[in-house]
Amino acid sequence: MDNTALSALLAATMIAGTPILFAAAGELLAERSGILNLGVEGMMLVGAAFGFICTLSTGNHWLGLLAALAGGGFMASIHGLITITLRGNQVVSGLALTIFGSGLSGFLGKSYQGAPMLFKFESLHVPVLGNIPFLGPVLFRHDPMVYLCILMAAAMWYLLYKTRWGLTIRSVGENPQAADAVGINVGRVRFLCTIVGGMMAGLGGAYISLVYAPTWQENMTAGRGWIAVALVIFALWNPSRAIIGAYLFGGIEALTFRLQTMGIHISSFFLAMFPYIATIVVLVLVTIRRRQDAGAPEALGLAYDREER
Amino acid sequence: MNRFPVIEMKGISKRFPGVIANDNISFRVYPGEIHALLGENGAGKSTLMSILAGLYRPDSGTIKVKGEVIRLHSPRKALEEGIGMIYQHFRLVNNFTVAENIVLGSKHVNWGIKQERIQKETREISHNYGLEINPAVRVNQLSLGEQQRVEILKMLYRGCDILIMDEPTTVLTPGEVKELFQVLRIMSRQGKSIVLITHKLNEVMEIADYVTVLRRGKVVGDDRIENLDEGILTRMMVAREVVYSQAQRDSSPGGVILNVDNLKIQGDRGNIAVHEVSFNLRRGEIMAIAGVAGNGQRELVEALAGLRKAVSGSIEYEGEEIKHYDAKSRIALGINMVPEDRIGMGLVPNLSVIDNSILRSYYKEEFYSGWFLNYNKIRSYTDRIINEYNIVLSDSNHPVNYLSGGNLQKLLLGREIDQKPRVLLASYPIRGLDVAAAEGVYDLLLKERDKGTAILLVLEDLDDIFRIADRVAVMYQGFIRKILDVEKTSIDEIGSIMVGTELAGV
Ligand SMILES: Nc1ncnc2c1ncn2[C@@H]1O[C@H](COP(=O)(O)OP(=O)(O)OP(=O)(O)O)[C@@H](O)[C@H]1O
Ligand SMILES: [Mg+2]
Repeated sequence: MDNTALSALLAATMIAGTPILFAAAGELLAERSGILNLGVEGMMLVGAAFGFICTLSTGNHWLGLLAALAGGGFMASIHGLITITLRGNQVVSGLALTIFGSGLSGFLGKSYQGAPMLFKFESLHVPVLGNIPFLGPVLFRHDPMVYLCILMAAAMWYLLYKTRWGLTIRSVGENPQAADAVGINVGRVRFLCTIVGGMMAGLGGAYISLVYAPTWQENMTAGRGWIAVALVIFALWNPSRAIIGAYLFGGIEALTFRLQTMGIHISSFFLAMFPYIATIVVLVLVTIRRRQDAGAPEALGLAYDREER
Repeated sequence: MNRFPVIEMKGISKRFPGVIANDNISFRVYPGEIHALLGENGAGKSTLMSILAGLYRPDSGTIKVKGEVIRLHSPRKALEEGIGMIYQHFRLVNNFTVAENIVLGSKHVNWGIKQERIQKETREISHNYGLEINPAVRVNQLSLGEQQRVEILKMLYRGCDILIMDEPTTVLTPGEVKELFQVLRIMSRQGKSIVLITHKLNEVMEIADYVTVLRRGKVVGDDRIENLDEGILTRMMVAREVVYSQAQRDSSPGGVILNVDNLKIQGDRGNIAVHEVSFNLRRGEIMAIAGVAGNGQRELVEALAGLRKAVSGSIEYEGEEIKHYDAKSRIALGINMVPEDRIGMGLVPNLSVIDNSILRSYYKEEFYSGWFLNYNKIRSYTDRIINEYNIVLSDSNHPVNYLSGGNLQKLLLGREIDQKPRVLLASYPIRGLDVAAAEGVYDLLLKERDKGTAILLVLEDLDDIFRIADRVAVMYQGFIRKILDVEKTSIDEIGSIMVGTELAGV
């Protein structure tokens, strides 16, 4: 592979990793607070549909992003209502959300099927840095969402590990009884994290319909929501590792396209499996190394009821 | 006395499905007072204090804090009023550091958290109260005694002046109990009030200023400590005289049933938890294992029950090598265990009392009609266990975690003894039991012994060892330092071996 091809591949990696990182960072936040939301795929789809339709009809992609935030947040609030307020089963609710999101987005987008996105995000061309040979095109000539995404993930790391709020969020995911006993409102923290997580999934979806494949197609997220769920585990619930993982998984996705055009035959099914295999391998390695400390929040997936024991 | 109470609870009632846990209770605490709250298992002590701590909402009644009626609708509200509670099961985040646990949820901390800073703050309050602890360590590496210290510091950091402690001494060594009482006295001198729930009457006599006794959700008596003694308290609690069974020393042990030779066992962290221990257990005797918690007792018992692999050595049961048998085959041989961790290892919290009662014997033909479980038969079996072992509960269809701590223990013990074991291994069988219930358990164990069962007990209270055991093996740092005849030893001797201060060669 020559230099230009490699730099194009790496640039495509940055783009492909972005929607996954948005969604994974959101899911990570929710899971850190103890809420497992398997509805990521559905929330992404709704975000993608809301974002697409709103941008097309207003002509303003920033308004489109707002709509995507609202769509993802709305979906997540259903999950919150079922699992936090009503203490329903998180797995069941999340799966239902995915199915619902796929249906809702398909319904809304019916008349847009195949329509191209007319309003595009301009790519930035970072002065000076953008001119560096090789690195310039790879890192510094993308649309603002790519950078927003990295910033958000980095900010999430800071929030979780360096601030009072982070301590609060993690305590709720580890041991809600302990958090409650020191006066933390467990339900409120979990609701907030779930909704913000859903909003980020919505953004991830909108990135696909507005930038990555600027068009609307039914079920166009094509399993990226599930990759995001796997990525959270792969990253062992740490945002900084999620950044690395997102670009690794994004790179595989970019590679899949390119290999086909280059006439190299690795089964695309194998490449599609890669994120899941990598996640399993990481889980196995971690479990062997440190038995108890595999990183999952201890109360992940468990409803909290103060008067229950 | 013209002081005003800091806490005044009036007419408090609280029901749970099928039980009235608190029935029109009134309760007062004065500044600087150490107030003991006593009562049988399931009397409603933890419930009453959880209401005061804002965890449970009362169905009726009012609470005045420092003279004002306050609705304590959440732990946050209670903490704002200066009321902090340390629960029977600690509420700490295991993989946070000590300092992180202490500042968690507090508004005094800056938004950006700096480890050095919160550790410094932690060190300061821990100096002030003589509660030494390393603030940088993760809580899951601390002993239970140290974890309790973290809980107390947490409350002090928040400026609590009313501290509620639910059975704080059950997890402590005798030395740690002394230290705790020291701290409580310092706090009381500073005008802080302490409510202490406990089953140990000697502790009440030692530390309390005032005592309130509950029975079946009602206050049955309260008085200043000067007007009370252990006998009066016991009568109030159980409304009858408790007959202390004295272990008959005329036990007649039979032949050796279990012979352990050079057994070496690995701990959870890959360390060696038990080094080459050898001992034997005879039919019809009770052997106690004494030692400060964490010196290999748990690992030893688990290895004998088949829940943990032995690295080397042998376990012979009636002359047969059983080291490689799994837990189920050992149960089939008649080796039963009552684990230390009741919920989790012994009982399945969300299953009903009925289901839990047959966990060990569900496969027996007596519970089946054809291929199906016959719930009529099972129910009558459960009822028999409930009656025989005096388990207090409202409905055996409820999940087992509705039961109070003491009743859980009775259910577990009853279930195991009912298996008619030939070797019974039990860890802390009376932890958290009230006086009468503990007596009941001792009776059960002595009866079992007289029937010829070999019993190995891990005990924490040295007095208990003298009450019930025939022999005692003292463990220290994974070794059995000495096996003594209970009649020929003293509390002091065992105590000094336990902490490793016994002179070499004596
Ligand atoms: N969360 C709950 N759900 C259902 N029942 C409960 C709950 N908490 C307590 N109970 C019931 O209320 C009664 C009082 O329980 P509580 O825990 O207050 O007793 P206790 O005096 O603390 O006993 P122990 O000495 O055994 O700890 C018991 O019958 C118990 O089964
Ligand atoms: Mg209790």
